[in-house]
Amino acid sequence: MFVEIGHFALALALGVAVVQTIVPLWGVARNDPALASVGPAAAIACFLLVAISFGCLMMSYVTSDFSVENVVANSHSTQPLIYKLTAVWGNHEGSMLLWVLILVLFGALVALSRRSLPPKLRAGTLAAQGSVSVAFLAFTLLTSNPFRRLVPAPGEGQDLNPILQDLGLAIHPPLLYVGYVGFSITYAFAVAALIEGKIDAVWARAVRPWTLLAWTFLTLGIAMGSYWAYYELGWGGWWFWDPVENASLMPWLAGTALIHSTVVMEKRDALKVWTILLAILTFSLSLLGTFIVRSGVLTSVHSFASDPQRGLFILGILIAFIGGSLALFAWRAPLLKQGGLFAPISRESALVVNNLFLATACATVFIGTLYPLVLEMITGDKISVGPPFFNATFVPLLVPLLLLLPIGQTLAWKRGDLLGAAQRAQVAFGAGVVTMLAIFAVVRGGPVLAPLGIGLGVFLVIGALWEIGERVVTRASGASAIWSRAKGLPRSAWGSALGHAGVGISVIGIAAAAWGTESIGMLKVGESLTSGRYTVTLEAITPRTGPNYREDAARFRIVANGRLLEPVEAMKRIYTARAMPTTEAGIRTVGLGQAYISLGEPDASGAIAVKLHDKPLILLIWIGALVMAAGGALSLTDRRFRLAAPRRTPAPAALPQAAE
Amino acid sequence: MRALPLFFVALLVLSAPAIAVQPDEILKNPALEQRARALSSGLRCLVCQNQSIDDSDAPLAKDLRILVRERLTAGDSDGAVIDFVVARYGDFVLLRPPMNARTIALWAAPFLIMLSGAAFLWRRRNRSAAPAGVTLTAEEQRRLDDLLRDERG
Repeated sequence: MFVEIGHFALALALGVAVVQTIVPLWGVARNDPALASVGPAAAIACFLLVAISFGCLMMSYVTSDFSVENVVANSHSTQPLIYKLTAVWGNHEGSMLLWVLILVLFGALVALSRRSLPPKLRAGTLAAQGSVSVAFLAFTLLTSNPFRRLVPAPGEGQDLNPILQDLGLAIHPPLLYVGYVGFSITYAFAVAALIEGKIDAVWARAVRPWTLLAWTFLTLGIAMGSYWAYYELGWGGWWFWDPVENASLMPWLAGTALIHSTVVMEKRDALKVWTILLAILTFSLSLLGTFIVRSGVLTSVHSFASDPQRGLFILGILIAFIGGSLALFAWRAPLLKQGGLFAPISRESALVVNNLFLATACATVFIGTLYPLVLEMITGDKISVGPPFFNATFVPLLVPLLLLLPIGQTLAWKRGDLLGAAQRAQVAFGAGVVTMLAIFAVVRGGPVLAPLGIGLGVFLVIGALWEIGERVVTRASGASAIWSRAKGLPRSAWGSALGHAGVGISVIGIAAAAWGTESIGMLKVGESLTSGRYTVTLEAITPRTGPNYREDAARFRIVANGRLLEPVEAMKRIYTARAMPTTEAGIRTVGLGQAYISLGEPDASGAIAVKLHDKPLILLIWIGALVMAAGGALSLTDRRFRLAAPRRTPAPAALPQAAE
Repeated sequence: MRALPLFFVALLVLSAPAIAVQPDEILKNPALEQRARALSSGLRCLVCQNQSIDDSDAPLAKDLRILVRERLTAGDSDGAVIDFVVARYGDFVLLRPPMNARTIALWAAPFLIMLSGAAFLWRRRNRSAAPAGVTLTAEEQRRLDDLLRDERG
């Protein structure tokens, strides 16, 4: 019963999305406010219908309804409840439904937003958003229906892939999708602006919170995915330059450029055409990521060709939305009036340079990811583009950007003073250099890049804090004056300082990874292995039974620099339903570093292969990302986003928007 | 199976995650072993997705790791080992694509994009630095001079 309701609600949502796409635009064209105001109601209805559909799929997982093909393939009656719930999006069909749910959620949020938008812009935005919903609802219904029944129904399910039976699956995909899909709103705003042929600071101010929101979640989603891969896969690596990871990195880079260019547009009415293009490209990259991940094109061009239905459908969506919006851009962008001139040395120029570097870095990831596919398609030659390529191209592009960051952020708008900005950054620069030299002096003979990278990170962190400090602390002012100044600074100033400091923190963590060490050994009970600061001793191997797996848990005594820590366990598991083995790494956090133990195969004598990593300061990588996201969230609460936008909207902001 | 971030396609080629390099493979000579590890991390596991043989538990990756170590023990230089492997498996095995006619576009792209972007901005800068039609007439210039003189006076 639930299954049919869910399926029906999804089909109905498609119909409503069609209305949301067509009627508001028609209303605007015919100057009929009643028709134009259908958009918000349709967007909300569409969200409610997809939410019902999603809830129904969740119900069939909770009740282990094995008459549903999707549940059979990804669940098991003994699976813990939390994994029954997360299994809903631990597969292609269900995750597509989550994708669509978040898409229509954003549509509903725009519809409910109390910020006053010019009615034409609102209608155009909801229509554009609606068209994306139509495409993906149709894709889900026609090629990836999660509600398909199975006759006869089997008595038991096949279990969720064991690697996904982890809290990471509960957190990572929803965060990532809110980020990915959130950029659909900026895309919709850009398309609406192009249709209207008008774009100004009001537009920028309306778009900025959505961009910040999507960017914040994408940052969290990528960081969470990275940490999940780190602790679950047992390699101890945190970024692999895998195409699937690159698929999420590209929209992040473009989105980072976008949150900087919208600042210029909002404050100085400049960079309009570029910002519109960037808004389109960012969501296009999200769509491309969806295509890369779901079409099968990654495994090989040939596997894509052998089962082309889904891949071709998404490719069609890709061509329609990217091609369509770029064509619209080429047609309408020349009509947009350019504003705000600025000198070559100015905050605007600094942000243009930021965008140049980020766009190039994004293009590099794009080409590196797609080049092997295209080459194979054209010539049949197979090449690999792996981490060494990205390390050799991406990193040299980012380092100058990071070096310029603390200087650029202190430049004045319109016409800046480069010497003054450099002087303001000199304390931070000095702190970075001193840190670097101190490390060189203390740590002899280690990798050279680690102190250099940490120096850069310190430069970024101190630079970000110094910029805020200069605005808050002035000569001859007491503590209370400083406090009131600090409170008086806009939250967005604190947000950007925090965001930039977060980048520095991550850079420190990444650089310190060069000091990591690892050892491998065959251990019997009572034997030890040392790596870096840590020595572990295998104490016992105990067989245990979990709800849907059996495991051998290896308990280790762990000593760090002569200090005994809490013992740590690493596990080898067999998930019974799929007879699939997994390993669970044993991790002990000491300060900001970690000891990381993973298990290999036992040999005939009863010894087991153990790999021990010493990972100094590794947590800073993700802490930095959290700080970046906190900066984004703080900017989001800035006063000017909570108030009605000025100019162009004389109508009172307090009118309930749904009744417009 | 490399990254969890979006896992669907990756599930096709799945080996249990574990520690890859087995203790019995490790060479006695630490300098040679370090070179072996460095070489392995640049060689692709041919049956995996974008995974180096240093990270993979696939049997083929193990064979290749042992092969690399055999060549090193036999006294081959790093370059000779790579040539040996490429001769058998082709360029596909290299995670760092070699620079040649087929990959020159790949390697040049980041720099070309950066340069053309910078060149575009430079041209625009010159254009906006001297926007047409803002030169002052003689009358305006005189009034401006007057005003400035008053200001200073």
